[in-house]
Amino acid sequence: MKLHEYQAKSIFADAGIPVPDSRLATTVEEALDAVDEIGYPAAIKAQVHVGGRGKAGGIKIATDRDEAEQYADDILGMDLKGYTVGKVLVESGVDFVDELYVGVTMDRGEGEPVLMVSTEGGVDIEEVAAENPDAIAREHVDPAFGLHPYQARKVVYEAGVDADVALDVASILSTLYDLYEDSDASEIEVNPVMITGDRDVIAADAVMNVDEDALFRQPDLAEMAEESYEDDLERKAGEYGFDYVRLSGNVGIIGNGAGLVMTTLDLVDYYGGKPANFLDIGGGAKADRVANALDMVFSDPNVDAVVFNIFGGITRGDEVAKGINEALGQFDEIPKRVVVRLAGTNAEEGMEILNTDLVEVEETLEDAVQRAVKNAEEVTQ
Amino acid sequence: MSIFVDDDTRVVVQGITGGEGKFHAEQMIEYGTNVVAGAVPGKGGQEAAGVPVYDTVDEAVEAEDADASVIFVPPAFAADAIFEALDTDLDLAVAITEGIPTQDMAKVKKRLSETETRLLGPNCPGIITPGEAKLGILPGNIFADGNVGLVSRSGTLTYQVVDNLTERGIGQTTAIGIGGDPIIGTSFIDALEAFEADTETDAVVMCGEIGGEDEEEAARFIGEHMDTPVAGFIAGRTAPPGKRMGHAGAIVSGSGTGTAESKIDALNEAGVPVGDTPEEVADHVESFL
Repeated sequence: MKLHEYQAKSIFADAGIPVPDSRLATTVEEALDAVDEIGYPAAIKAQVHVGGRGKAGGIKIATDRDEAEQYADDILGMDLKGYTVGKVLVESGVDFVDELYVGVTMDRGEGEPVLMVSTEGGVDIEEVAAENPDAIAREHVDPAFGLHPYQARKVVYEAGVDADVALDVASILSTLYDLYEDSDASEIEVNPVMITGDRDVIAADAVMNVDEDALFRQPDLAEMAEESYEDDLERKAGEYGFDYVRLSGNVGIIGNGAGLVMTTLDLVDYYGGKPANFLDIGGGAKADRVANALDMVFSDPNVDAVVFNIFGGITRGDEVAKGINEALGQFDEIPKRVVVRLAGTNAEEGMEILNTDLVEVEETLEDAVQRAVKNAEEVTQ
Repeated sequence: MSIFVDDDTRVVVQGITGGEGKFHAEQMIEYGTNVVAGAVPGKGGQEAAGVPVYDTVDEAVEAEDADASVIFVPPAFAADAIFEALDTDLDLAVAITEGIPTQDMAKVKKRLSETETRLLGPNCPGIITPGEAKLGILPGNIFADGNVGLVSRSGTLTYQVVDNLTERGIGQTTAIGIGGDPIIGTSFIDALEAFEADTETDAVVMCGEIGGEDEEEAARFIGEHMDTPVAGFIAGRTAPPGKRMGHAGAIVSGSGTGTAESKIDALNEAGVPVGDTPEEVADHVESFL
C-alpha cells in the first residue's frame, strides 16, 4: 500500500526528520493561502501514485503569486498517466547544492532489510542501479537484532557522502530504519535528500509503502491507506476485501487464487483479447462474495464481457453457482455476457445448479477464455 | 518414492480447533494422512477431528511422536506458531496461513537458517504424495499416483495443471506448493534438488509467477545440476509493473525485475520448455515420458 508524499512527510516530520515547510491544498484558493504563508519559491506537487511526476508536468516551482495561481490551476484536476490530480502539496523551495538518495527496503532474496545510500540523488535510482550499481552502497540488517547504529554510519561513509554532513545523513537513515520497522513498511525512500549551502540536510521527497498484510496492527496507517485510494473501483474492492487490480482492457476476469487468475489474464491476452482487471475472490468464497465480485466487474464501464473461472480446492462449485444465479437473477437484462467455468470441489453439483439462461458455460479454462474474448469482440464490433 | 512426506509422516495440526484447521484436519485424515495430534494453546485435553489436542507443539510431539506440523493459525499469530514448530525440531512445518506480515517472516527466516527443520510456505496449499499423505488444503481427488513431480508458487494454478496431467493419465510422485509470499521457507531449488534425487520422479513441472528472482535462480540450477527433464509455466505475463497481483510476492518492481519475460527467457536458456497455456505444459510433460 503506497502512501502519498504528504502522508509520508507528516510521518517523517513526527519522527524528527527535517522536511520542508508545506501545506496540502485541494483548491487553487487553498494553494494560494499556502504560498502566502510559505513564501517563494514554492513547489506545487501533484499528490498521485505516479512515478516521474516531475517529467509529466506534475511538479512546478512558482516564484510569485501569479505563477502559483497558474500552476495550481494547471495541476489540480490534470490527468497524470490516467490518474486525476485531486490534491497538491505546496512546499517551500529548498536552495540546495547537493542531492543524495537514501532508502530502506526488503531484500527478498536474502530475507533481510537492506539500507541503501547513493550520492547520485535526485535522479531515477533504478537507472543508477542498472547503469552504475557501484554508485549505491548497501548494508544488510539482521532482522532479529534490528539496526546497529554503526551500520547507518558505515553505509553513509561507504557511499562517499561529504564528511561534514555524513553524521546528519546517518541519523536520518537510522530514523528511517526505525520507521520501517515500527510501521511495517515494505519500502521507505528519500530521493533526494537535499544538502543546502548552509550544510543543512533536508528530506525533500518521501516514498513510503506499507505492507498490506500488517495493516491489522497499524491502525493509523490503515486509516491513511483509506485516504490513499485513487480509483473508485479500487476503493470498492478494498471495502469488499478483494485483491483487485484495474487494467485497461475490456474482458472482465473473476477467479480464485492469484496464480490462476493471473493465468486467466494471460490467456485472455494470448487469445487476442485485453484483460480489464485482476479479481481474486480468494479461497472458500460463499455466494454473497461471488455476487460482490460480479457487481465489481459490472461497475467497470470498460468491461464488455466477463469470464468467471473457478478451480475449487476450498472453494465449492455449488456455492459459486448459487452466488452467480442470485447475482444475475436480479437483473431484467444481464448487463454483460458471462462465461463460467467450474472445476474442482463440487464442480458437478455447481454445473447442475447454474442457470444457463443467465450464463454461458464452458468445460475447460482455454475454451472459457476464448469464448469470453469472442463475446467482447462482438460488443466492440 | 516421494519427497518430504509419505505414509510414515506423523502430523500435528497447529490450530486444529479453528474452523479451517478442523475442516482440513478431517480432510487430511480422510485422505489417509497420519494426523496424530492437534496443538492449540488453552485447548489441551480436548479432542478435535478425532485426535487429542495439546497446549503446546512440544507436548504433542512428546506424546504422539509427531515429526511434521501443518499450521492453520491466523496471520497475527502465525509467525509465533512457526517459531514454535521450528523450536520443536520437527522435520517439516507447513504454513498454510496467508497474510503474515513480511517483517515477521524475515525474523522466521533468520531462525530457520539455524535449525534443521524444513519450512514449506507460508501462503501455500501444502504438499501431497498421492495415495500416501497430504499436508494442507489441496483437493486430494484430482491427484493420482505416478512419476511426475510438481512444484509451484500458487495453489489453484497447481490444481489446474495437475488436473490436466491426471486427465491424461499422468500421475504425480509429490506435488508441492512453496507459497506466494516474498519470503518463504523451501525454495524452488530445494524442491528441484529433491526431485532430481528421487529415483521415481521422471519429469518435473515448475509453475512460477512474476516477482523476485527465484525462477531465474532455479533455471540456473536446472541447467547446471538436473538430468530430469523440467517443463515450466510462468503466470503474470500481462501484469503491470508496481501492482501486487493477489500474492504478496507477485509484483514486478518499477525497475523491471521480476517480469514473466525474464523468467521465461531464463528457463528457455536452461533448456526448459515453458507452456503458453496449462494444456501446453501437459503436452511438454507427455513428450518427456
